[in-house]
Amino acid sequence: MKEYFVFIGKHTIRMLLLVFFVSAAAFTLVSVSPIDPLQANVGQAAMGSMSQEQIAKLQAYWGVGEPPLHRFFSWAGDFFRGDMGVSLLYRQPVSRVIGVKLVNSLWLMAIAWLLSGMIGFVLGILAGLKEGSFVDRLVKGYSLLIASTPAFWLALVLLMIFAVWLKVLPIGLSVPIGVETGAVTVMDRIRHAILPAATLSITGIANITLHTREKMIEIMESDYVLFARARGESTWSIVKNHALRNVALPAMTLQFASISEIFGGSVLVEQTFSYPGLGQAAVTAGLGSDVPLLLGITVISALFVFGGNLIANILYGVIDPRIRRGGART
Amino acid sequence: MRRINGRMMTAALLGAAVLFLFVITVAGHMYAEEALVTDFSRKDLSPGGAYIFGTDWLGRDMFIRTLTGLSMSIQIGILAACVSSVLALILGVLAATMGKTADALITWVIDLVMGIPHILLLILISYAFGKGFKGVVVGVALTHWTSLARVIRGEVLQLKEALYIRAAQKLGMSQLKIAWKHMLPHLFPQFLVGLILTFPHAILHEASITFLGFGLPPEQPAIGIILSESMKYLAMGRWWLALFPGLLLVFTVVLFDVAGESLRKLLDPGSTHK
Repeated sequence: MKEYFVFIGKHTIRMLLLVFFVSAAAFTLVSVSPIDPLQANVGQAAMGSMSQEQIAKLQAYWGVGEPPLHRFFSWAGDFFRGDMGVSLLYRQPVSRVIGVKLVNSLWLMAIAWLLSGMIGFVLGILAGLKEGSFVDRLVKGYSLLIASTPAFWLALVLLMIFAVWLKVLPIGLSVPIGVETGAVTVMDRIRHAILPAATLSITGIANITLHTREKMIEIMESDYVLFARARGESTWSIVKNHALRNVALPAMTLQFASISEIFGGSVLVEQTFSYPGLGQAAVTAGLGSDVPLLLGITVISALFVFGGNLIANILYGVIDPRIRRGGART
Repeated sequence: MRRINGRMMTAALLGAAVLFLFVITVAGHMYAEEALVTDFSRKDLSPGGAYIFGTDWLGRDMFIRTLTGLSMSIQIGILAACVSSVLALILGVLAATMGKTADALITWVIDLVMGIPHILLLILISYAFGKGFKGVVVGVALTHWTSLARVIRGEVLQLKEALYIRAAQKLGMSQLKIAWKHMLPHLFPQFLVGLILTFPHAILHEASITFLGFGLPPEQPAIGIILSESMKYLAMGRWWLALFPGLLLVFTVVLFDVAGESLRKLLDPGSTHK
């Protein structure tokens, strides 16, 4: 048991280091950009009308002329203390902007993550049960097609069908236009989240389905399943007693590792539906040269991705005793 | 009638894929000028007749626009696939042969790159290059090597234990010569499959990042831009602006995915008997 805690500790430290290096990499990328943050954010005209002292003050605020390493550590230090800087586009602390947007996005991503995980798992098992059957070919074809479809285009197609053509769902945003914040009902929120969540779920299913299917085929060809059949076990009992546990393990790891993809998908989907979440904020920040916000979102998303990987690793240890004893899985 | 076997199927698919690329690229170059032509006498036509993909609000022929856009995506995709897979080959081999420190370093970099959601990474790189065309190309080219590098690293690690490699070492061949003469030929199939499968990914990401508004100027016909423009006109019922360009993109990606997968299956010794 002691080794297991060492194992978890090692992975946690590794994750924190990785997050640190991600932020350093992101900081380097925005630092080498030829886009001058002062000009991009204050504007050429405003800068012309400002006094020399004001410009100097702003330059000091932006750290113009300071060595990059120094700037990075002062930014990272503040970040660690919870001060992520002030978003230039929203004129609010980055932490508050991210907080609001994250709640909106988490809804979407959590639903999509759960739905795609469960549906994909079941579809994968059904398909892998009998390789080459009608169900298998159907599921496989669907997965391959969806894996090749860009999320934003799928979003456009769903919009065309449900919002424009059938007119049953709203076109975008997370709340109705022209309604006070207090008057927005839960039903409204749900109605506005249906299409984005559906798009994300549909695209998320492909990966887990294909993976579960492969595993399932492998298991159905194994000796222990052959023996179970010889004993006269029914298909259902084979699935329940022999296959499920063996398939669930890798599927779970995959699902936790797929957080990065759901995040990426949510950027595209939120942009298409003008859904005010973290992904849309990232695009706005990138286009509008809002460096503090862009960096903040990068670090937060990296935390989620690595956190997912960490959970996958820990779960692996919980379920599979071999890994608990045998140290790190590479 | 006998069923077509996997080998013939793969050859046919690969042939079709390459031919498709070639035709689109040539057509894209031929119609590059025409794609920008506006003509208000024929605006907002729905598909059919002379304009099989319809025309947009400026009277531009959507079929030609889609072709040119796709041909540009394809060129960026080919470049990205080549750069990324060569990078993956080099880093994968280095990680597996140059000792523990190099291995740890390269694995670390792979984890790092994979830790940032891909689209976000592309946004960051695009920003680093000043949000231009260059940023998109560099971003797409430099970010697709991670998973292939992992595969190649694993393959080389296994290879190192193989008898013939050990024998070559005992015979006193230099590391470099072993890598070149004995390992590379063995890695080539994996590399080729990786190259082909990277291509559709790169195209999808290029379309995504331009869709978000990074990189290309708005008058440029690119699949991403065409689709993001079409959003404004969806509510007016001009479905063809979004439907056909997207379908063609999906078709391209599926074609390469299927071709790559079937090649992988063909080269995989575990499934040769099928």
